[in-house]
Amino acid sequence: MTIAETILPRAQPYRVLPGFGPTLGLTVFFLSLIVIAPLGALFAKASGLGPREIAALLLTPRVAAAFRVSFGIAFAAAVVNGFIGLLVAWVLVRYEFPGRRLLDAMVDLPFALPTAVAGIALASLYADTGWVGGLLAPLGIDVAFTPLGIYVALLFIGLPYVIRTVQPVLADLEPEAEDAALTLGASGSQTFRRVVVPPLLPAVLTGIALAFARGVGEYGSVIFIAGNMPGVSEIVPLLIVVRLEQFDYAGASVLAVAMLVASFAGLLLVNLLQAWSRRRHGG
Amino acid sequence: MSVELRDVGKRFNGTVALEDVTLEARPRELLALLGPSGSGKTTLLRVIAGLERPERGTLLISGKEALTLPPRERGIGFVFQHYALFRHLTVADNVAFGLVVRPRTRRPSRAAIADRVRELLSLVQLGDFGDRFPAQLSGGQRQRVALARALAVEPSVLLLDEPFGALDAKVRVELRHWLRGLHERLGLTTVFVTHDQEEALELADRVAILNAGRIEQVGPPGQVYDRPASGFVMEFLGEVNRLPCRVSGGKAHVGQCGPIVEASHLPDGCARAYVRPHEIKLLPADDPAGFPARVRSLSIIGPRTRLHLEQEDSIIEADVDRAVVDALGVAPGLVVGTQFLSVRIYPSS
Amino acid sequence: MAAERSLGESRIARLLLILAALALLALLLVLPLVLVFSEALAKGLAAYRAALGAPDTLASIRLTLLVAAIAVPANTLFGIAAAWCIAKFDVPGKSLLTTIVDLPLSVSPVISGMVFVLIFGAQGWFGPWLASHGIRVVFALPGLVLATIFVTLPFVARQLIPLMQHQGRDEEEAAIVLGAGGLQTFLRVTLPNIRWGLLYGVLLCNARAMGEFGAVSVISGHIRGATNTMPLQVEILYNEYNIVAAFAVASLLAFLALVTLTVKRLLEWRYGRELALTQSAT
Repeated sequence: MTIAETILPRAQPYRVLPGFGPTLGLTVFFLSLIVIAPLGALFAKASGLGPREIAALLLTPRVAAAFRVSFGIAFAAAVVNGFIGLLVAWVLVRYEFPGRRLLDAMVDLPFALPTAVAGIALASLYADTGWVGGLLAPLGIDVAFTPLGIYVALLFIGLPYVIRTVQPVLADLEPEAEDAALTLGASGSQTFRRVVVPPLLPAVLTGIALAFARGVGEYGSVIFIAGNMPGVSEIVPLLIVVRLEQFDYAGASVLAVAMLVASFAGLLLVNLLQAWSRRRHGG
Repeated sequence: MSVELRDVGKRFNGTVALEDVTLEARPRELLALLGPSGSGKTTLLRVIAGLERPERGTLLISGKEALTLPPRERGIGFVFQHYALFRHLTVADNVAFGLVVRPRTRRPSRAAIADRVRELLSLVQLGDFGDRFPAQLSGGQRQRVALARALAVEPSVLLLDEPFGALDAKVRVELRHWLRGLHERLGLTTVFVTHDQEEALELADRVAILNAGRIEQVGPPGQVYDRPASGFVMEFLGEVNRLPCRVSGGKAHVGQCGPIVEASHLPDGCARAYVRPHEIKLLPADDPAGFPARVRSLSIIGPRTRLHLEQEDSIIEADVDRAVVDALGVAPGLVVGTQFLSVRIYPSS
Repeated sequence: MAAERSLGESRIARLLLILAALALLALLLVLPLVLVFSEALAKGLAAYRAALGAPDTLASIRLTLLVAAIAVPANTLFGIAAAWCIAKFDVPGKSLLTTIVDLPLSVSPVISGMVFVLIFGAQGWFGPWLASHGIRVVFALPGLVLATIFVTLPFVARQLIPLMQHQGRDEEEAAIVLGAGGLQTFLRVTLPNIRWGLLYGVLLCNARAMGEFGAVSVISGHIRGATNTMPLQVEILYNEYNIVAAFAVASLLAFLALVTLTVKRLLEWRYGRELALTQSAT
């Protein structure tokens, strides 16, 4: 029986569970192939153009209008969704009524419904001959084929984000705090404003940011109801498609990168908001 | 059936987990690894099991070099602190697991497996629980299933990681006795990790005390308690009063005018004196053999009295028989004489 | 769900709030859904069936199923592998990996399709090479599959990673010590513990894979009967004013969405605690 002193090399950490190498390899390979390489190609293509050409491309009236439409309407819709989402989340969490479970399930519909289906349904609904559009037309309100149509579509798409972000926070609120406020003499609405809303605010803002990020890049739900008139109701994704169809890959890439930068800013905002809420309210 | 570790060292990201650990678990022995959290005892157990690999040292299990062997080939059974039962399997399937996953050539027949499961479940007194799921069992019951599961593969060494850590006090004590009984019945070499010194002292044949990755002392419970090898061991096991003292010329002076104790093994300078609360004798204040102390408070705990005494800027706790307290008329504010029946001196650091 | 709690508001106020929420949801969510089925059946059941039976439409249904049948298993395999190495081991760069996995969710669908056109299109990186070998990626099945995989990549992984992280390694380590091999451990110990989260992820992945529009629109070339998935077919029919047919195909997709929602709900209801771990803001 030899007792050998075993000195193991530091380089190879010992892992009891098997499969690390293969699974990490597969993961990295897959991610490189599917995510990193394509996005890399995008940036490579966009950077192929010099700064002057990029500026020329981005600073046309048509492009500027498209960005205004995409970002502006997405923002407006997200903010309104913030209010609607808060209301719906409140009702779903705090009240019992027949059909509550069903309604709660329905909230996920925009997540699950294919965007093209939503797109044609909304277009038909709000067209001048549609169920809702027909009611609004005599009042002089045109929804379909105007920016208002884009707005409605983005309302549809963004609604679940706020509701689903707020619901768990609302459900976890400590009831004692509200009871304390009521015993101290606050009215219902005062309690709501001062005790309920502040801890919810980060969640609401996060939801709005998510809805905004989604709305900016949305294509399928918007493209049918939008009207797509350059300068008025044309969204950035459509601009990209137009350039692709003209085989202007470089131009399309520049637009795409500009959009991604904006989306990235949105993601960053979400993370900052969540960090702020964690600090402020203990997560 | 034995486990031998020599000069084992392990680091996690630069922090020392184990350092120069040399230890032996003798055949059929119940060895406790005792220490505060972070002392490395769980790491040591996992090194024996093969769930961690040390950077330095040797490990022999039943005489064979084991460091390069994967866990399944070491002949060990491991019981996790939180049981790690397979939650989607019944109790019987949990116990059978180690037998079911064996390669075809070594796998016993279905009937043989069922027999073994039955045998083990009755051994751990869960004979009727075979069809239940872990979620339906109490903590103590789950622990016994985990034990049965580990025993199913007939290990030569049994390793238990804080086996009773997650249970409440009463169940802990019951299971403690039960485990000792089981160990005597099976005669398996067992190493178990605990931070509860009472558990270690009561259960084990020998106790190994760890501190910051090093072994402070190994020995039978009586020995480590009566003759602790270091101040740490003395403090960790049982209650203790720590008093400053000065050593000069081979003699330790406890306090300014306290007792003078033999300390020929220590160099001159500062040191620490330890005396246990129940080794303090109370004398009347005027007895010359006693050193004065003022009584600050006393609490009656059953047949004993616990006293907080003030002596030369130190607070000493004494654990004294009620009769003595009554005889001396001890009350807060009174000055009494103290005599230390046993004092141990250790170096300062 | 929290039990009914109020701030002392009157019953009337509560009723008004509930009605307001109901009205908003009805207007925004329910109405479009109802319209889909209503328009599909506007000319009767026979017209509905005929629309679905048209050759181009049938081809689009087959194509959708085919693309999903490739993309979903691929992403499931990826999700399991990624969750395994991220959750059961200490990987440096864990958060980098999870961020990359999340990327497709924040990329506009049009861009998701476009990046593959950039690589495989006629003027893309591999364009000339592919042309000279007679391989079509863009405007053909491979392109559709790639774009779909990109878009649905995160779904399974995002469910499994936090779930497996939460479940820890103890059970797997116990199995290893008891003598099980790697694959045995995964099949017997890990898989049963993650099965509902896995099913949930696959469900969402599939719903998205079948319903994706923007990404496949860019890469498909809209070749009738050949490279149109169901959502694209919906677009073509609608743009041709073939309303009933467009909504007929849309109704199939809507039905799929309802089935997805129902199963999703069932899973959440029964295994809510497990799945709640993975519910981060989408």
